[in-house]
Amino acid sequence: MTSPSDAVRTTCPYCGVGCGILATPNGQGGAAVAGDPAHPSNFGRLCSKGAALGETLGLETRLLHPVVDGARASWDAALDAVATRLKTVIRTHGRESVGFYLSGQLLTEDYYVANKLAKGFIGTPNVDTNSRLCMASSVAGHRRTFGGDVVPGNYEDLELADLAVLVGSNAAWCHPVLWQRIAAARRARGTRVIVIDPRRTATAGEADLHLAVAPGMDTVLFAWLLVQLADTDALDRAFIAAHTTGFDETLARAREIAPSLAAAAARSGVSEAELQAFVTAWRGTDKVVTVYSQGVNQSAQGTDKVTSIVACHLATGRIGRPGMGPLSFTGQPNAMGGREVGGLANMLAAHMGFSAAEIDRVRRFWNEPATVTGEGLKAVDLFDAVADGRIRALWVMGTNPAVSLPRADAVRDALKRLDLLVVSENVASNDTLVAGAHIRLPAAAWGEKDGTVTNSERRISRQRSVLPLPGEVRPDWWALSRVAVRLGHADAFAWTSPAAVFREHAALSGFENRGERAFDISGLAALDDAGYDALAPVQWPVPRGTIGGTARLFGNGDFVTPDRRARFVPAAMPALARGTSPEFPLRLVTGRVRDQWHTMTRTGLSPRLGAHRPEPFVEVHPDDALRFGLVNGGFARVETAYGDAVLRVVETDVVRAGEIFAPIHWTAETSSHGRVGPLVQGDTDPYSGQPEAKATPARLSPVAMRLAGVALSRGPVALPDGVWWARIAVAGGWAWTLATDRPLDALVPAVEALFPEREQAELRDPAREVFRSAAFAGERLAGAVFLGPAGKAPRWETLAPLLAVETLPASARLSVLSGRAQDGAADCGPLVCACFSVGRDAIQTAIAAGAADAAAIGAVLKAGTNCGSCVPELQRLLAEVPRVAA
Amino acid sequence: MRERLVVVGNGMVGLRFVEEVTRRAGDRFDVTVIGAEPTPAYNRVLLSSLLAGDVTEQDCRFRDRRWYLANRARLITGARVTAIDAVERELLVEAHGVVPYDRLVLATGSEPIRLPVPGMDLPGVITFRDLSDVAVMREAAVAKTPAVVIGGGLLGLEAAYGLARAGGPVTLVHLADRVMERQLDDGAARIVEATLRTKGIDIVLEAQTAAVEGNGRAEAVRLADGRVLPAALVVVAVGVRPSTGLAATAGLTVSRGIAVDDALATSVPRIHAIGECVSHRGTVYGLVEPGYAQAAVLARRLAGEDARYDGTLLSTRLKVSGVPVFSAGDVTPPAGADVITLSDSWAGRYARLVVSGQTLVGAILVGETRHAGFYLDLIASGADVSAMRDDLVFGPPAAVATDTPAVAVAA
Repeated sequence: MTSPSDAVRTTCPYCGVGCGILATPNGQGGAAVAGDPAHPSNFGRLCSKGAALGETLGLETRLLHPVVDGARASWDAALDAVATRLKTVIRTHGRESVGFYLSGQLLTEDYYVANKLAKGFIGTPNVDTNSRLCMASSVAGHRRTFGGDVVPGNYEDLELADLAVLVGSNAAWCHPVLWQRIAAARRARGTRVIVIDPRRTATAGEADLHLAVAPGMDTVLFAWLLVQLADTDALDRAFIAAHTTGFDETLARAREIAPSLAAAAARSGVSEAELQAFVTAWRGTDKVVTVYSQGVNQSAQGTDKVTSIVACHLATGRIGRPGMGPLSFTGQPNAMGGREVGGLANMLAAHMGFSAAEIDRVRRFWNEPATVTGEGLKAVDLFDAVADGRIRALWVMGTNPAVSLPRADAVRDALKRLDLLVVSENVASNDTLVAGAHIRLPAAAWGEKDGTVTNSERRISRQRSVLPLPGEVRPDWWALSRVAVRLGHADAFAWTSPAAVFREHAALSGFENRGERAFDISGLAALDDAGYDALAPVQWPVPRGTIGGTARLFGNGDFVTPDRRARFVPAAMPALARGTSPEFPLRLVTGRVRDQWHTMTRTGLSPRLGAHRPEPFVEVHPDDALRFGLVNGGFARVETAYGDAVLRVVETDVVRAGEIFAPIHWTAETSSHGRVGPLVQGDTDPYSGQPEAKATPARLSPVAMRLAGVALSRGPVALPDGVWWARIAVAGGWAWTLATDRPLDALVPAVEALFPEREQAELRDPAREVFRSAAFAGERLAGAVFLGPAGKAPRWETLAPLLAVETLPASARLSVLSGRAQDGAADCGPLVCACFSVGRDAIQTAIAAGAADAAAIGAVLKAGTNCGSCVPELQRLLAEVPRVAA
Repeated sequence: MRERLVVVGNGMVGLRFVEEVTRRAGDRFDVTVIGAEPTPAYNRVLLSSLLAGDVTEQDCRFRDRRWYLANRARLITGARVTAIDAVERELLVEAHGVVPYDRLVLATGSEPIRLPVPGMDLPGVITFRDLSDVAVMREAAVAKTPAVVIGGGLLGLEAAYGLARAGGPVTLVHLADRVMERQLDDGAARIVEATLRTKGIDIVLEAQTAAVEGNGRAEAVRLADGRVLPAALVVVAVGVRPSTGLAATAGLTVSRGIAVDDALATSVPRIHAIGECVSHRGTVYGLVEPGYAQAAVLARRLAGEDARYDGTLLSTRLKVSGVPVFSAGDVTPPAGADVITLSDSWAGRYARLVVSGQTLVGAILVGETRHAGFYLDLIASGADVSAMRDDLVFGPPAAVATDTPAVAVAA
């Protein structure tokens, strides 16, 4: 073990919790990762994803040098090409034909430079970010109600609250460390937890009350709550009168939305009793925190959902004080930082919009007359503009729109039409790059990046570099600045360090800001480089003359609207953007799984994380499975009006009948038919522009597979057409799950050619359609493929350990083909606990042997004792498995 | 009064019979053994190993002359039996005159086939059958004399392997498109061929020998396609045929081999036959194991037991050029049969199972034969294998779990 003094304090690159990490370089290009006990977001905790960061630092998949038109190029040549071609596009099609599509993974400094270059100097407003898909509705809701994009409270409120309501948040899987903080509070003080979610997620399964709301109908619940608060005299009338406007109209609209208990129940899909239990708990608890996440945001009425939630807090004065308030959980590590710099198309910079005064102020600060004068295209519209030729040049940074945008197939096709597609990436291949990037710029990855991020509680933390920049990799702020210099803006982009960028950003936040903008970190604008390096996590605002930050805002009723009053905003009558039909009778809900993050660029490199959900799947209620002729464990084609996917069927009553759930993580790099983005409709919220990703009308049909199989490889292999596959990382290579409806004969020639190694062991049983092949390079397994009748394939978990061994004696080669465990140890079943690699079978055995609760399982197997995100699954297994009598 | 029991043939089967019968009924018979070779019986199976230098001549011996004396068996070596008088119950033996018998056992084995092409009688053209052949071959190999072995069956492979091991340059010429085509399928044959090539043996397949050429002694083998292979030594190993001349002359029924019934009796009273010279239920066995079984059965019958021979499941289990090979049952799949193959040509391993209906009917193993007995039992018993069908090629059910090597799994 290296001593803690070698450890670098940094911040996790995954979700918006923003956990502090102690990363210790191992001297071999990797690092050991542990939670930072001193970081106020996590106090040493990490979830399974963060804990596995050390497994994701390899360079095998990285883009390590610039590429121009398919050929390796120097940075000078690549930057020249970007600048020259941008100039050509601008000259031919105008400034606004240039677009930027940024990412919540960019550091604030990168983000600031991109925004300044685009909106200030190129003069295009068409800068948006994948945060549009993530929390734009929360931004819009905050701005409409508070006057600024401000999260009033903080994580500590979760521990001080007596009631935590989680709306559209599967925190146990998606924000596990915050869920652990809630869980700890429940144990310590008996905090009640109510979860509002159409699915009985891991989080919902743990809740005291789960309201399985119909998709899109969250607003009904909060309208009914507001009505009940009003009708039972539970309002804070003084707060409403002194600090808000618009209450009466909003209450009147709430009465239209929820005119009676029966109507509210019918409309929301929640029983009257549950609805009343919710109201009673909320009304009767002063310290209530309402958490909301993608289930609220990813909606064509997401902004209304946010304002409806906020309305209940405003109406009771439960905001900005310890243990109470609305609290948006953001999805990305620096979604908030992107919001701060103005990375969204409907913001200009530093929480300033497009009023004449704001434009003038930013223009003067940047000293650049080209500064744009109005909002640009939001993500979905931006790619529509790519498709129809209004956008001719696009610079994508740190995100994969060909996978993650709604109607992703159309987006992928649209990218091919660009005159110039620049992609700043840290991987050598992804769906967006493959779609036709003209110029590829090698970007720094986590562990190399140096800058700041802001988490869901406004806390700015440093991401510090742990490892040197590999190959010719450079930070994004540097690449952007060098292009800006080539475009003739040397003076405005002359920074030589991220600290210098940060100082300018901080200065702009305080520029002519006398409290009008909550976002003010001008107290940090004078940090010297050493001060920046040493910057401790701090919550904004940090106005000039202060350094300590601000834990909560708005508790005093002082909001950041022009009249300093919060707005109640009447919601529209809730309705999903599109109705189901006989053709598309189901609703597709998209979301995440526990151990993967976004498009798996990083988590997909971790063997531990791949094991929990190794394949793209669709959760289907048993009634629907029966109705559509699906078999649990079989395959279904999921079709919408926009695209289709073929996914493994998981029959479960976790989803409501009529609704299906599919995770978003799989790409063309990791699966043949698992891209879910193409299925999602592009209808967006009128205020936030966020697409409704959780309610696309869909249909299901069974896909019969004739053969199933497993393949192992050390690197990429091209599987033949007609084979369904999904790939995960395992120690020493990749494991592939295979299925096909084609006969074996048609596949064997292609499958035989998968591995070039001459040394191949084979099993052929054509009568049973069995073909197994293992290729060897010396004593090392180079790859293997097992095909056989569906339902009889060996499990990848059994075979994958073969890749982890470096030498396999000749005498063992044929037994490899037996598909049996090679170590004689019992196969431990599908992974449940990623932190300690504990499988289901082992847990079931422990339960059967008498383990009565999760703690007892943890005592025996350690499962669930680190990040705790598998505890809901342990509970489920505890409920399923019969125990011996004590 | 002891019966006079005469055994013609002092090969491996003849000796085994003498051992069995003297052990079981030594007091009932005066035994005489007549062999054409100058030495007592030796292990013919080891001839290729002897040629290769892997064993000595001493290793090939079974019983010395004292053993015969001690067991009251008279041994006549270097003597040919030229005639049988079944009526008078006597034999005419070269240089020994008449030998009477009460019971006669023919264990005359088989004799190598020579090709009907010109030059077969040239000096330097030999077969591969006995110790004297081995001596000639060793001498040639040590002198690095180029040799051609004609015949890619088991015997030819053994000859070629032995010559190569002894140091001589060897070319193997075979008529078929693969070696050992009667026992091996294509996959197995390729592995054997690859092994032979690694030993330095040149293999020419689909090659018909047209003549052996030479001026006064063998100098080359000419193929039908015109190719000429230099050869100072030509080993003809194209097969053997049962030695039936003596029996036929005596009026015994011969059908390829000397016809015997389940009691191993020939068509003539008091005359029995065992080993490679017989035809039992239409089958001529070219291997030693059935002969041993027949020897045991006949000895028990002569000892008064009611033993019967009902055939031997045809199986080959030996080393071909140092590679263990097992072949059993019907390796040419009957119509509708399933063929399961498992191969690792680089490691020289191959398995082929023929499953017909619910039973295993044939098996070939190359390189790894430890489960041969398991398959042989399944073929012999006709047991229903459907329950273990999918793992059958990996050996007995328990072997799948226990025989797989331990592989350290990274934590």
